[in-house]
Amino acid sequence: MSALPARLDAAEPGLSAAACAHCGAPVAPGAGRFCCAGCEGAAALIAGLGLDAFYRRREAAAGGIRPAALPPVDFAARAVPARSGTEHSLDLMVAGLTCGACVWLVEQALAADPDVLRARASLSTRRLTITWRGPANRAESLAGLVARLGFHVAPWSAACLRATEDAEGKALLRALGIAAFGASNVMMLSVAVWVGSDMGEATRALMHWLAALIALPVVLVAGMPFYRSALAALRAGRVNMDMAVSLGVLATTAMSLSEALRNGPYTWFDGATALLALLLAGRVLDRAARRRARQACAELLALQSAEVTRLEIDGTAHRVGAETVCPGDRLLVAPGERLSLDGVLEGGEALLDTAATTGESLPRSFATGAALPAGAVNLGDALVQRVTAAAAEGSLAAVARLLERAEQARGRFVSIADRAARLYVPVVHVVAAATFLGWWLGVGVSWQAALVPAVAALIVTCPCGLAIAVPAVQVVAVGALFRRGVLTGSPTALERLAACDVAVLDKTGTLTTGRPALLPEPLRDPAVLEAAAALAASSRHPLSRALVAACPVPVHAAAGVEEIPGAGLLCGEQRLGSASFCGADGMAEDGPVLWYRASPGAEPVAFRFDDPLRPDAAEAVAALRAMGMEVELLSGDAPSAVGRAARALGIERWRAAATPADKAARIEQLRAGGRRPLMLGDGINDAAALALAHASATPAGGTDLAQAASDLVLRAEGLSALPAALRTARRAQRAARQNIAFSLVYNIVAVPMAVLGLVTPLIAALVMASSSLAVILNALRVGREATR
Amino acid sequence: MNALALLVPLALGLGVLALLFFGWTLGNGQYDDPEGAASRILFDDSRENT
Repeated sequence: MSALPARLDAAEPGLSAAACAHCGAPVAPGAGRFCCAGCEGAAALIAGLGLDAFYRRREAAAGGIRPAALPPVDFAARAVPARSGTEHSLDLMVAGLTCGACVWLVEQALAADPDVLRARASLSTRRLTITWRGPANRAESLAGLVARLGFHVAPWSAACLRATEDAEGKALLRALGIAAFGASNVMMLSVAVWVGSDMGEATRALMHWLAALIALPVVLVAGMPFYRSALAALRAGRVNMDMAVSLGVLATTAMSLSEALRNGPYTWFDGATALLALLLAGRVLDRAARRRARQACAELLALQSAEVTRLEIDGTAHRVGAETVCPGDRLLVAPGERLSLDGVLEGGEALLDTAATTGESLPRSFATGAALPAGAVNLGDALVQRVTAAAAEGSLAAVARLLERAEQARGRFVSIADRAARLYVPVVHVVAAATFLGWWLGVGVSWQAALVPAVAALIVTCPCGLAIAVPAVQVVAVGALFRRGVLTGSPTALERLAACDVAVLDKTGTLTTGRPALLPEPLRDPAVLEAAAALAASSRHPLSRALVAACPVPVHAAAGVEEIPGAGLLCGEQRLGSASFCGADGMAEDGPVLWYRASPGAEPVAFRFDDPLRPDAAEAVAALRAMGMEVELLSGDAPSAVGRAARALGIERWRAAATPADKAARIEQLRAGGRRPLMLGDGINDAAALALAHASATPAGGTDLAQAASDLVLRAEGLSALPAALRTARRAQRAARQNIAFSLVYNIVAVPMAVLGLVTPLIAALVMASSSLAVILNALRVGREATR
Repeated sequence: MNALALLVPLALGLGVLALLFFGWTLGNGQYDDPEGAASRILFDDSRENT
């Protein structure tokens, strides 16, 4: 494998690199070869195992492989014993596997351990299976090794399995193989009949029966996916495209059989099998495109999967799955951990980031006995929570149930393909029946002869071009969006997105970064900032963190800092915290502020913060407007913060302090008014609104519930992907309409010919192939425009 | 006609063989990781402790 020079020189020792030699992140000149101690450790580990070839092999743009922390999950408990307990195996989901080199590195690094019997990573599914000799508790260290190499690992969950184990996709692939075999072999016999005009009657009969021998089982088996779907639709009292396909294929087969019986000039088995093969190829591609997106979603969710620490009566702590916890149990919530269950605070005071549950950008403090909402993040010290509702009855489960109901409502959406089928199926079948009756009773030919033009009309109306018209566009558009970092899960998502006319945006975490940043102030003394940052370094409060992050020089945490919950930080005479805590009462401030006072007599200094807008928020809002969308801002945050963001983005309609119910109600109101709202949000408080909206999207860092409720997940950082997705969706919709119109125009020429009995199987095959090709080429245009 | 008696079964037999082989590859998981398989071909040194 040829080395990539750009990466090679970064990995050479002794060179001053502008990019980290391990992860590729930018490094200040002269700061060494690595961006952080973690990357240095990972590189040393790789070199120690003799695997430096990794740096020459990898091709993906680096940045995603910084050493990762192991999630707080009991890996050993998930190891599966084999061979009466002497061997164990473990399935892991490895995020960040982006290229063959990553697979190679992970497998080789694990294989270097003499106890590891087998390590196999799948690049498509991100699944890593490790089998080792020895006890189950080796699991932790093996998973830790992968994490140290820079890959985020999580246990392989049921959701991952659902997303990747694709029984239906396999059945489709098998059907495609069978149909392709049938079509090619029947065609071989059919061509002989077409060109063999001097063929004897007996030979022709032999050819017909050989074709029947192949085609009958093939049509029966390979057509199953269509028959099943058509039956299901029929039971529900609907007509869909699969119905047209099934009837077309079965009628063609029956007519061919009758032609074989009376030894007619042609049989049409080739048409029936080729139609199946073409349509199945479309289905397989469609499924593969969506499968990638579903997998990527499952991957994002697996990284968030939660376990909780339960405090037993004897005082010991155990990590258990959140679903096993009962009301009344006591849970220990570590600093920085997300609460998975509703409960009340057992003692002391707690500081929680509730941005995901209410949309507030500033943390809130809770007193003893206060109700703690599931989904909030603990910013203070470790706290003890007494659970009030089991996972199945808690507030998160209530939201999840709401999502299910909304999902069902969404399932009733009728796609453009099925709308076309509703018109197409009755018309075509009436034409075919009239043709049959006309030839049989009108012209007076035998019923077998009358069957030929009738079925020819059925097959040249191209259920093929029509049936492939929409899936072809979908495959191309979903694939193009995937490459831009937009994950599309639902089959009708793009169609619904294209129809949206008003965008409702959440603020915290969606339009803004969700992390406060210090506002610059030219008159501030850098020494004061440094001193304040030294205090702040020992706190997890978002404002403290922002203060430390804003300090231009490395911050050394001051010793002996005391945190007074709800007030601030104390270190000797220095104070950092709220206005009353630092003696700065009476100074009205807009937005979040931290006060710092060096000594009791000194003048307090204010540090003002703001939750900054994402850099591309203004651009994205302007792009949405340019596409004719109305834009609204709907946030659970305080009016001052929401108003500021709305003004900065030029949004006139905004509403602050909206509860989850308010958000859902606004979406309902828009829908009732005949609008089609597009909701963009990231929090648990947005989930109901996301599910109710005509189409919905979630930015990368969104909570799992918001992601589950959304049609699109914008995996790429930033919002500019949303207007791009909308543009692609609208183009796709336009192309789908063009394709359907094209197929119909084709029929206007082909149907009269078929009715008059002028169509031979050869002409039908040409019509079918050329219309499918035209439709596919038109669909490809969408992909080219989307990536440009 | 003699040629047909030989060639037609031969062609069909080969086709059926290919179909059976396809069924085997499908059951054997050959299509589970198409992207990984594409890059695995470039791995030269295997150190798996089998």
